Amino acid sequence: MASTSTRAPVGLSSVTRDGIGASPRRPDGTLKVTGEFAYSSDMWMEDMLWGATLRSPHPHAEILGIDVSGALRLPGVYAVLTHEDVPGEKRYGLEYRDQPVLAFGKVRYKGEPVAIVAADHPETARRALERIKVDYRVLEPVSDARRAALDPDCPLVHEEGSLPLHEEHNQRGNRVRYQPIRTGAFADGASVEEVRALADVVVTGEYEVGMQDQAFLGPESGLAVPAEDGGVDLYIATQWLHVDQRQIAPCLGLPADKVRLTLAGVGGAFGAREDLSMQIHACMLALHTGKPVKFVYNREESFFGHVHRHPATMRYEHGAKRDGTLVYATMEIVLDGGAYASATPAVVGVASSLGIGPYEVPHVSVDAYGVYTTNPPCGAMRGFGAVQACFGYESQMDRLAAELGMDPVDLRIKNAVSQGSRIITGQEIDMPMPMAEMLRRAREMPLPPDRSSLPAPSDPRTLPGGVANTSHGEGIVRGIGYGVGLKNLCFSEGFDDYSTARVRLEVVGGEPAVTVHTAAAEVGQGLVTVKGQIARTELGVERVTILPSDTRVGSAGSSSASRQSYMTGGAVKTACEAVRERVFALVRERGLVEDGHPDALLSLSGGKVVSAAEGVLISLADLLGGEAIEETREYHHRPTQMLDPSRGQGSSHTQFGMCVHRAVVDVDVELGLVKVVALDAVQDVGKVMHPQQLAGQIQGASAQGLGLALMEEIQVHDGVIRNPSFTDYLIPTILDTPPMRIDVLEHPDPHAPYGLRGAGEPPTLSSTPAIVAAVRNATGRPLTHAPVRPEDIVGIDPPQG
Amino acid sequence: MNEETHEIRLRVNGVPRAATVPARRLLSDCLRHDLGLTGTHVGCEHGVCGACTVLLDGRPVRSCLMFAVGADGHEVTTVEGLAAADGTPHPVQRAFRECHGLQCGFCTPGFLTVVAAFLEENPEPTEEQAREAIGGNLCRCTGYVNIVRAVLRAAELRRAAGRDPQAGDPAPRGPVRRQRP
Ligand code: FES
Ligand code: FES
Repeated sequence: MASTSTRAPVGLSSVTRDGIGASPRRPDGTLKVTGEFAYSSDMWMEDMLWGATLRSPHPHAEILGIDVSGALRLPGVYAVLTHEDVPGEKRYGLEYRDQPVLAFGKVRYKGEPVAIVAADHPETARRALERIKVDYRVLEPVSDARRAALDPDCPLVHEEGSLPLHEEHNQRGNRVRYQPIRTGAFADGASVEEVRALADVVVTGEYEVGMQDQAFLGPESGLAVPAEDGGVDLYIATQWLHVDQRQIAPCLGLPADKVRLTLAGVGGAFGAREDLSMQIHACMLALHTGKPVKFVYNREESFFGHVHRHPATMRYEHGAKRDGTLVYATMEIVLDGGAYASATPAVVGVASSLGIGPYEVPHVSVDAYGVYTTNPPCGAMRGFGAVQACFGYESQMDRLAAELGMDPVDLRIKNAVSQGSRIITGQEIDMPMPMAEMLRRAREMPLPPDRSSLPAPSDPRTLPGGVANTSHGEGIVRGIGYGVGLKNLCFSEGFDDYSTARVRLEVVGGEPAVTVHTAAAEVGQGLVTVKGQIARTELGVERVTILPSDTRVGSAGSSSASRQSYMTGGAVKTACEAVRERVFALVRERGLVEDGHPDALLSLSGGKVVSAAEGVLISLADLLGGEAIEETREYHHRPTQMLDPSRGQGSSHTQFGMCVHRAVVDVDVELGLVKVVALDAVQDVGKVMHPQQLAGQIQGASAQGLGLALMEEIQVHDGVIRNPSFTDYLIPTILDTPPMRIDVLEHPDPHAPYGLRGAGEPPTLSSTPAIVAAVRNATGRPLTHAPVRPEDIVGIDPPQG
Repeated sequence: MNEETHEIRLRVNGVPRAATVPARRLLSDCLRHDLGLTGTHVGCEHGVCGACTVLLDGRPVRSCLMFAVGADGHEVTTVEGLAAADGTPHPVQRAFRECHGLQCGFCTPGFLTVVAAFLEENPEPTEEQAREAIGGNLCRCTGYVNIVRAVLRAAELRRAAGRDPQAGDPAPRGPVRRQRP
């Protein structure tokens, strides 16, 4: 039991350096700048084989037969495996077990793995793939998500009876999950017509969000090494080692303890590594050949190797009084989950519960659908579900403000939630939510100088189009827009989420030293730094070593949903408290304080045990001598509830976070080009753990939102990705990214460790609608599709097909 | 595979190296697989992301766009070769760490090599010049703000370096690796 009465020592930061709130350097920073940090793609063993994957060329087809004999005859090929060779369960999945390890019966998306090869050289493996013959009978693709959701005659992606039923998500036909929400008059069965009569002003809108790619820079890769005990060791870049293990082991027909995972260096994640890619394939080949097997996807394969952000179509209607008070809102959202469920149930849960955003609205009706299609599978991406909805509701708020002739910020402030408000699920926001203050602060931030006051106003580098030299200032119009996003942080809907930490305190070379072991995935966000800071603050010891993350310690949960500082931070804090309690017990045992001396008066600081009454009692080095104190603790957040299936009520979320963005853009209205001049953010993070890393999270998230606003969309036509490369799928460069000012507030959440709030996702929500609003402000165009395309700005129809 | 191979000789990070490679072997693959220098990262294979940038006779090139045979007889500097012979980190390496100019770090070697070459040409860049210098490198994590800061800081450190050489930071332990020695 952790003592909650033990206070962190007062004035600690002056004594123990690099605790929470400071900006110590990342412990992995040196290796990352010297090139020695070993990413999953850098793993190497002298006798290893190279894996490669044969993928379906069709979005939807029946598999009539697979002939691997030609591939097996190729010298250098060690194994060619199909679904028949999967030793255990044939399917896996994050929430539903619906995804085949290797396709059988039929393929449901273009790029689905059908066979795998291990060979002595990557080139041999690729050639072997060409020699595998698969006989397909092509089926009509199910490409239209709306039809999949609403048309009972739509062909099924998963034929009846082929999947276990998940009643809690009321899966029907192609629906992975349908979640309605009804409040106010809608809960009493009122029709939209009846509720509409209560409003003075009504605005409707249809919006679309395109399929975004996480576009992490280090493609999927991993190395599986067969072990002598018949098990396998996997070195892998992932977001959650234990959920990988939980999915891999049954498919290999092995107990979990024979599938051991170690986190290899991760080249970014953003949700794309929450699902499995080649994990089971590499293990199968390693176990089959008895040799280590390495997989590395290239960029094109990476577009097929991970899930993407769900594309969404949304229909909204908002009604308000003349003075701007919101009266009602309706929303219908269809999220295209593609061929397999992945995180679709959770995405629907978020999109519905946060569907009308951070506004007080008495009467609400939401219908949210997540569906199967034969499009590429979609799942987790930073801000999932909330990003799509945020583009919809913020677009509506601007439309309503225009209709009312009101300032868009004033309209938002008028209807803003605050602490004590209830969101549409009935859940109370029981933590600070100073939305009105945040909006005011965003509005009051200094604006960038006018173009005319720049030293060289016609320098093309400062203009839309840049050095392409498309304008020298003519036809350029400036616009300003705002966006607010509300995000649930940590896992939701009844999941008993936890993280585990093992903390050891001992004396090494005469100095106290702390070791922290968790299974949490460092994906770039800087959790390794934060774990060390917490240990320093709690134990008053500067020398902290963070052990590599692996499955030899309990689960840490996923590096997603902005949850690791909260959950693994909470676990490290709790384990440290347990260690500290044992230190204090030792102090009493040695008679250094009188019996009954309360723990609250003791603290650890600067490597010493300090009493508030008597000062320094003893150094940790002297107290511990050769003894080590080690404690392992699990940290759980407070329980949450499922949304009820008919009215969508329930306290489903652990924590809420919010970010406000103000965007300033210059638009070349003739060519449809945009330059974002400023993208400033106000975010409440509860407690700043590491100012420098926090800025990196907010700026990185804002830039990803900028990408979704203006350039990033996976083009899918009839189930086929048309732009699977960085030449055709564009992500922001520095020339697209403005300097980003950030204003951070710290209103602590009383339920969270240190009062902190997850910070990585909220800016991804608000940055997109703020930028699109700014472009609307400059052009007067409706701009209902994110990303905004040049033809939307110029006002010509997009090319067909 | 009985492809015709070529003997190449090059200096990599000041050390003479030789490799036997097929004509189509990319410089990036040669560095990573034949020479075991995995600090050069491959993010796109199309010359777009810049993660694979190395210095060829001091000038930045994208090693994914170049055949290894093209480097025959040349001097190649990878991220592993930026530090001084005694291990003192290059000012750009120090600055990226100090300014939190990296998160996942996958893009970092490309930025470091580009910026190292840029500062040779332009030791006192303005912020605008610093931004332009890295216009061809993608980073998905940071939003670039801290990277720009790191470029300017590196310039500062570099100018100060002659007067006040600083020792390197102690290397903490990273994740378990299985890497070619
Ligand atoms: S890998 Fe060479 S530029 Fe991207
Ligand atoms: S730090 Fe991850 S891509 Fe730049």
